[in-house]
Amino acid sequence: MRFVLALLAALMIGGGARAVQPDEVLKDPVLEHRAREISSGLRCLVCQNQSIDDSDAQLAKDLRLLVRERLVAGDSDEAVRHYLVQRYGEFVLLKPTFKAHTLLLWLTPVLVLALGAIGAYAALRRRPPPPSALDDDEQKALDAVLKRDASA
Amino acid sequence: MLVEAGHFALALALGLSLIQFVVPLWGARANDPVLMAVGPATAVAVLICIAFSFLSLTAAYVTSDFSVLNVVENSHSTKPLIYKISGVWGNHEGSMLLWVLILALFGSVVALSRNSIPARLQANTLAVQAAITIAFLLFVLTTSNPFTRVVPAPVEGQDLNPLLQDPGLAIHPPLLYIGYVGFSISFAFACAALIDGRIDAVWARIVRPWTLGAWAFLTLGIAMGSYWAYYELGWGGWWFWDPVENASLMPWLAGTALLHSTVVMEKRDALKVWTILLAILTFSLSLLGTFLVRSGVLTSVHSFAVDPARGTFILGILIIFIGGSLALFAWRAPLLKQGGLFAPVSREGALVVNNLFLATACATVFIGTLYPMALEALTGEKISVGAPFFNVTFLPLIVPLLLLLPLGQTLAWKRGNFLGAAQRLYVAFGLALLAALALLAFEHGGPVAAPLGIGLGLFLVLGSLNEIVTRSWSRGNSLSTVWRRASGLPRSAWGTSIAHAGVGLTVIGIAATAWGVEGLGTLKPGQSLKAGAYEARLERLVPRIEANYRDDVAVMTISRGGRELGTLETMKRLYVTRGMPTTEAGIMTVGLGQVYASLGEVQPDGSVGVRLYHKPLVLLIWLGSVVMAAGGALSLTDRRLRIGAPARAKPGPAAAVPAE
Repeated sequence: MRFVLALLAALMIGGGARAVQPDEVLKDPVLEHRAREISSGLRCLVCQNQSIDDSDAQLAKDLRLLVRERLVAGDSDEAVRHYLVQRYGEFVLLKPTFKAHTLLLWLTPVLVLALGAIGAYAALRRRPPPPSALDDDEQKALDAVLKRDASA
Repeated sequence: MLVEAGHFALALALGLSLIQFVVPLWGARANDPVLMAVGPATAVAVLICIAFSFLSLTAAYVTSDFSVLNVVENSHSTKPLIYKISGVWGNHEGSMLLWVLILALFGSVVALSRNSIPARLQANTLAVQAAITIAFLLFVLTTSNPFTRVVPAPVEGQDLNPLLQDPGLAIHPPLLYIGYVGFSISFAFACAALIDGRIDAVWARIVRPWTLGAWAFLTLGIAMGSYWAYYELGWGGWWFWDPVENASLMPWLAGTALLHSTVVMEKRDALKVWTILLAILTFSLSLLGTFLVRSGVLTSVHSFAVDPARGTFILGILIIFIGGSLALFAWRAPLLKQGGLFAPVSREGALVVNNLFLATACATVFIGTLYPMALEALTGEKISVGAPFFNVTFLPLIVPLLLLLPLGQTLAWKRGNFLGAAQRLYVAFGLALLAALALLAFEHGGPVAAPLGIGLGLFLVLGSLNEIVTRSWSRGNSLSTVWRRASGLPRSAWGTSIAHAGVGLTVIGIAATAWGVEGLGTLKPGQSLKAGAYEARLERLVPRIEANYRDDVAVMTISRGGRELGTLETMKRLYVTRGMPTTEAGIMTVGLGQVYASLGEVQPDGSVGVRLYHKPLVLLIWLGSVVMAAGGALSLTDRRLRIGAPARAKPGPAAAVPAE
């Protein structure tokens, strides 16, 4: 079932080097770490479901450099993302924003869990509970019988 | 000539499937044993026809018969024999032929297990199975015919996609398809039960091995695909939340839920309606997976137009089977009688919670995979749903499920004692917590996720073993008694514990990825690069020529703390026929971890870009999956799943299975 992925990977990756190149890495490790974090959440627009951090398409490289440029210029993580969304649209974010048009997407897990729990609870309630455990008298009677057997 | 015979056999199989569909169904309605007996006979005949058809295509591949279009497009005379054979299913047409072959194979196994399945149930099941076979045979014959000839025949073929020329991918599709198609049997049984309006614990006992087998194969297939992506795609990731992967994860999640709800049905005669619905949904998701991958809708909504016939055809199959079975469900399910009462705190209750979480997780993957397509089709807005989305939605659903797993396994059937179960687990929980705290203190400032995840994994492993221990050990017993009791436990109990321990191993492997380190550099021969404690020195770059590709091989020496561990080879490979380059990662296994190196471009000055990773415990991700599948296989050999087989006359409590 991976043929499509394989095929696409073959088309997209070509034979190039993998993702971040040594010459792209920023000197400041803190800034570089932030760049990697941001990159892994941005989509390589010409690839199939790959982040720009994983892809080595030319566009991904350009975007990686752009992210680093903005970080060096002093942008916050959020500002960098905002900048890219303005230029490329929301498609560039691998984690969609929580807005009206993605309401169903984000709420589905919660809704399914809640409705499922309510449904299961209601189904259990509708049915009679299984016969209850022994009451005190029965327990005493049972203990007596067991004791008699043990001493016999 | 053989190719035409294969083509003809496929058409013959279609005709026979029509008989297999109509006659047994009619027989079951009329209660006529003669008509019902047509089902098994035709099922076997269909298998023979499709197997012959498949073999004749394989023969065309092995002999490099380039007068067949499919062979021309996907084979080459210099290709090694194993890839000539795996090339049969390494393309759209051939893989669909494999799909129907496995379908027919399973159909005839149902047909041959004559004594263990009630005749009416068997007849209806085979009829439903035949309906699926008809749909897919029509699909193959009308839109994806692998037997098309080409005139004039070219001298040489275009070779198989190089990424598919790999032992992992040679066996990945068959494993996955056995899983997908195996769920068709559970589906057929569910529909048969609905047609008959009757369902009981016997039904669950018959269906359970099928679900279990399909699930075990699907587990292996997904793990295989993941490991392949890890070593072949070259950036060391093992799961990408890619739609193609999600397409196989959805039936797996639903199938796991089905496996557990069938247990409740078999043991306690409860959750019947839900189990039937799950059986239908699981196979529907398998069909959806086939549709997503085969129609090309995933690539982009527009590529649908590239070959609209195929996409629309599978979509039609999807609508008929999912819609039809759900309509049947809505119509007949109210007839099913409810049985088996249980208290909320009980093994059954825990399995309901398991199903709730698994179903929600499955729904999450479903919406995440399909929402972007639906949104684009409806409003034209384009959004992406990738790994970060699934990390924040999927993980919060799976972690509580895993935390509750050992607890549920310890609860008694019908009416459990929560505190009692917790008490029996405190040793396992304490040890796991201690390990997590020790790791946290030891690494001091590293990622928090790794120790916590490893603690969770250990809890799963220890909690599963705890089940075996508490059932066989009690104070004052000699070791030999304990051993006798442990080996006398039903194999399904062992299977359950082993499979759950496998989940724990996978969790440990996944958690440990947080400890992975990487190094990145441009190296000339003699220079070296570090990733954590590991160091790779580039020894030399050498060319190498094989039958159908050329390699640039980088030989590296791996060392840790100045001590040499050995050498590994990583290469850039060029497949000559297609002119397509691939990267073959160099991997050295150190304990359960791996050192992983992949090459970038060779620069004009003779240096080369190298990525080096150290991934501790990474092998556990896949080993855990293999252990899960092994647990499933062990469970399959349990005595009670072999009903119909003569029971050994062996007295003693060990052989007896509590009737409950």
